[in-house]
Amino acid sequence: MGDQFLFSLITGIFIGGVAGYLGTLMLQKRMALVSDALGHLALPGMGLALLLGFDVSLGAFFFLALGILLIWFFEIKTSLPMEALVGVLFVTSLAIGFLIIPESELLHALIGDISKVSFEMTIFSVVLAIFLFFVIRNIYRGMVLTHISEDLARNEGIKIKRQNLIYLLSVAAMVALGIKIVGSLLVGALMIVPAATARNLSKTLRNYTFLASFFGIISVFFGALLFKITNFPLGPLIILVNSSLFIISIIFKK
Amino acid sequence: MENLILKEKNQSSEVILKVRGLSVELEGEKILENLSFEIKKGEILTILGPNGAGKTVLLRTLLGVLPYKGEIIWSPPQGLKIGYVPQRLPFIKDVPMNGKEFFSLKNVLENDLVKILNLLGIEKEILEKKIGELSSGQFQRLLIGWALSGNPQVLLFDEPTSGIDISGEKTIYSLLKQFQKERDLTILLVTHDLNVVYKYSSKVLCLNKRALCFGKLREILTPDLLEKVYGTEIKFYEHKH
Repeated sequence: MGDQFLFSLITGIFIGGVAGYLGTLMLQKRMALVSDALGHLALPGMGLALLLGFDVSLGAFFFLALGILLIWFFEIKTSLPMEALVGVLFVTSLAIGFLIIPESELLHALIGDISKVSFEMTIFSVVLAIFLFFVIRNIYRGMVLTHISEDLARNEGIKIKRQNLIYLLSVAAMVALGIKIVGSLLVGALMIVPAATARNLSKTLRNYTFLASFFGIISVFFGALLFKITNFPLGPLIILVNSSLFIISIIFKK
Repeated sequence: MENLILKEKNQSSEVILKVRGLSVELEGEKILENLSFEIKKGEILTILGPNGAGKTVLLRTLLGVLPYKGEIIWSPPQGLKIGYVPQRLPFIKDVPMNGKEFFSLKNVLENDLVKILNLLGIEKEILEKKIGELSSGQFQRLLIGWALSGNPQVLLFDEPTSGIDISGEKTIYSLLKQFQKERDLTILLVTHDLNVVYKYSSKVLCLNKRALCFGKLREILTPDLLEKVYGTEIKFYEHKH
């Protein structure tokens, strides 16, 4: 348990930091609730992984990527807003997930389970989190400019559709990583709450992204500390630390 | 001096934009119909018309971000740099960002940027401020700075309803005029301010879905025509300088 706790802590800190960073883009794209729904898109994949005995993140990522490609495709083909498309896919996934995930594993899938984090998976998660950080950083300026004005972005030669696909796949990978720590119900909060807290306290983009990553990291750290003391499940504790930071940030709002 | 005049004449005879039979339809609604005009290098074209006439759509179509029928021929067709000043950017307040960071979203040379910001009277303090806290005049100067940095050959300028002054005498238009002279900049300008039209434009395009008039200012802009464009009688006076 000692090793596993350490593995989870290391995994969680890297994932938390990058999740907060990505969260700033999701907040800007008004995907706060969409990210919650995306967590559920992962459930059938997690179920399959549990049944067949491979890592839940891999199963989750496969289904998330499929879901996100479908959303991306639907968004180009129809004029329905993204949230409606996510809504349809999300309830479908939830239904499938509940059917195939063994009942004894269901709670773990929903709120996270750190007892299965191995050394190899820790290395894999850390490397993937770092890779994701650089992918996001690469599209960050373009994503911000596109949000401000698609016309200005196109005039600067930004390929908006391609950029959006990279962004959505990054979200999928982040969700897949995050569910291991906090579970599919809470993974959205891991990305959104640190960003929302940082937004309350920032006047510059630099501060905003730095603080979002920072809050992502310390919420995992203090969540883990509380877990050691109280032995409550780690996922909900991390999110509660995040929410507490958010409430404090409202007091200091700039 | 004579050489200079000759050179200017040569340059001004070069057509930079040719539009033939341009039509734009957005979500089943015809916004622009069968528009034709051309602009020479270094000219300032003012686009006049009431709200909903398609002025902004015309600028965005020329920028290449909207689907259209007909011909838009820029010269040269490839590699021409266009600066665009949109009317407003409502979503910019979603992101905490200062002016400096706004410019970092664009790839421009630091030196070029500093020069332009100086000319526009944008001080360092303005660049350090959160964009949401700028006055509308300051913000619009930032936008113009954005469009002018990167050394564009063409500027598309969609003016908001309120004009902007840099200081008492120096207006944004006198600055644009200066840029136009110094850099041989071609400017397409949407404005409601007829004084600006008289003082600075070389040509006018009156727009209400179709082109109602196009040509040199003094030849075409009569009260009768303005009434036709705007639909009501408009009072205006001509500045004599």
